[in-house]
Amino acid sequence: MRLRRRHALPGFGMTLGLSISYLALIVLIPLAALALKSATIGPVQFWNAISGPRALASYRVTFGCAALAGAINLVMGPLLAWVLVRYRFPGRKWIDALVDLPFALPTAVAGITLTALYASNGWLGRWIEAAGYKIAYTPAGITVALTFVSLPFLVRSVQPVLEQMEPDIEEAAATLGAGRLITLARVILPTLWPAILTGFALAFARALGEYGSVIFIAGNVPMVSEIAPLLIVAKLDAFDYAGATAIAVVLLLASFAALFAINLVQLWTVRRRSAEAG
Amino acid sequence: MRRCFFPLLLLVLAVSPALAAADTVLLNVSYDPTRELYRDFNTAFIAEWNKKTGETVKINQSHGGSGKQSRSVIDGLEADVVTLALAYDIDALNAHGGLVPADWQKRLPDNSAPYTSTIVFLVRKGNPKGIKDWDDLVKPGIGVITPNPKTSGGARWNYLAAWGFASEKLGGDAAAKDFVAKLYKNVLVLDTGARGSTTTFVERGQGDVLLAWENEALLAIGEAGGIGFEIVAPSESILAEPPVSVVDKVVDKRGTRKVAEAYLHYLYSPEGQEIVARNGYRPRDAAMVAKYAAKFPALPLFTVDERFGGWQKAQATHFADGGTFDQIYVQGR
Repeated sequence: MRLRRRHALPGFGMTLGLSISYLALIVLIPLAALALKSATIGPVQFWNAISGPRALASYRVTFGCAALAGAINLVMGPLLAWVLVRYRFPGRKWIDALVDLPFALPTAVAGITLTALYASNGWLGRWIEAAGYKIAYTPAGITVALTFVSLPFLVRSVQPVLEQMEPDIEEAAATLGAGRLITLARVILPTLWPAILTGFALAFARALGEYGSVIFIAGNVPMVSEIAPLLIVAKLDAFDYAGATAIAVVLLLASFAALFAINLVQLWTVRRRSAEAG
Repeated sequence: MRRCFFPLLLLVLAVSPALAAADTVLLNVSYDPTRELYRDFNTAFIAEWNKKTGETVKINQSHGGSGKQSRSVIDGLEADVVTLALAYDIDALNAHGGLVPADWQKRLPDNSAPYTSTIVFLVRKGNPKGIKDWDDLVKPGIGVITPNPKTSGGARWNYLAAWGFASEKLGGDAAAKDFVAKLYKNVLVLDTGARGSTTTFVERGQGDVLLAWENEALLAIGEAGGIGFEIVAPSESILAEPPVSVVDKVVDKRGTRKVAEAYLHYLYSPEGQEIVARNGYRPRDAAMVAKYAAKFPALPLFTVDERFGGWQKAQATHFADGGTFDQIYVQGR
């Protein structure tokens, strides 16, 4: 403690105290309440609530569509970030601002707009329907809504890393005889990979819980296009608080698992790369 | 560590509620399609109350799925009066927290339902699929729009209307279950509320027939100027009695019992009944029934008590976890 640094904010005790009370109030207490509520039913009832055929079907829809939406943005998000960082073109600032729109727009508004577009009498829907496909009121519609709400996560997590990455590295790779594909695979992607994974995990976790935008476009037919969050709402409406929280706990654990898995992969990548470098 | 308490103290101070005094304000927590009705009715009641007592009263409205609204009140939304889609949702206020007494439904005339409605079909102009009665809805290729009975009170009336028709016509609950299962196979979109279903059918052009509250159907053809849609009345339907009640715990705490009770009584007055009829709900008052006979066709109506033994039983059999609604979706897949 000889070297006392001066910080902009006063006092370790006070800042930590404030942070911890804030975290407790905003995150920990609600989570504890959730866990307690779901524990008010016995393990058998808990299991029945989370493993009924409709619950299982709703997990399939929710996890499947969230993963698919994440996968679409896994490709398109970094591409968009690349274009925004590496090129200067008129309207770039506008597109950059547009990326945040899914964050800013109330999700219900997004849902209603997407439904109006993709319904069989909508601007896009009528052409899609004419081609023999159906998007609104099917799981495809759910995926569209989730892709919309989760896009910013991928772009915004990759963008800062790309901005820090000097084009010199690519040039160096080129002078050493690497083709475009090799540069992409061996130089660019390894640097971006942790950011891409983080973005994917955030997007996936966000999509799991999404309700507002999905509910309008989903069709909500049990066993086909019913999402798990709707099942939670339905259970609440039937005054089955414990059953609702049981399903919520499943979603929560899945989100945790996704974030945890991504952290492990990142840790592993960093270790391997530092081992290679060393 | 002593200093850690300072931020906590700040938080407690910030969160402590600021109490504000105001004129008499009533909160009416209602279900989904009653927006237009209570907008008209509140204006009339505010004028009436002012004329009678000289007091100014303000009425706030909240609308949403009936079950969700009931849950909000249980969870602490301070509703002075509730005007919900079905008695079960007001029974819940008694069961969870005793917000109303058990005999709440006996306090006002006509089972505390100042207006009634029924379930009719809204079809596209010219009725291209020739939908005349409930059995037309189970034919292959008919697209049906109705909300989800788990989240919508209106949808439960739809479900029970179809079930009641089938059990009477086909004889027995097993046949009725098959019938309803076939009907729900034809359902394209299950919105969470009645208003959502109307939007899906009218604005989004989904489906051939909307199972709708009669008032919602009348509103739809009224708003669209009668273009594009027509109402089909089935051979029989269900008598929907959306009940009203003051929320005793809230009015006694806020001291609003007198005005809240007057508000509900005014629904039964000739003026109230006229507003009700104008907004597409069937009035109870005999004079108004006669006056609006052309708007509301005579139609054999059965009640939930007659065919289902009351709401508690109907809810447990059909809409509870593992009830018939869950069964028809899970079986055969």
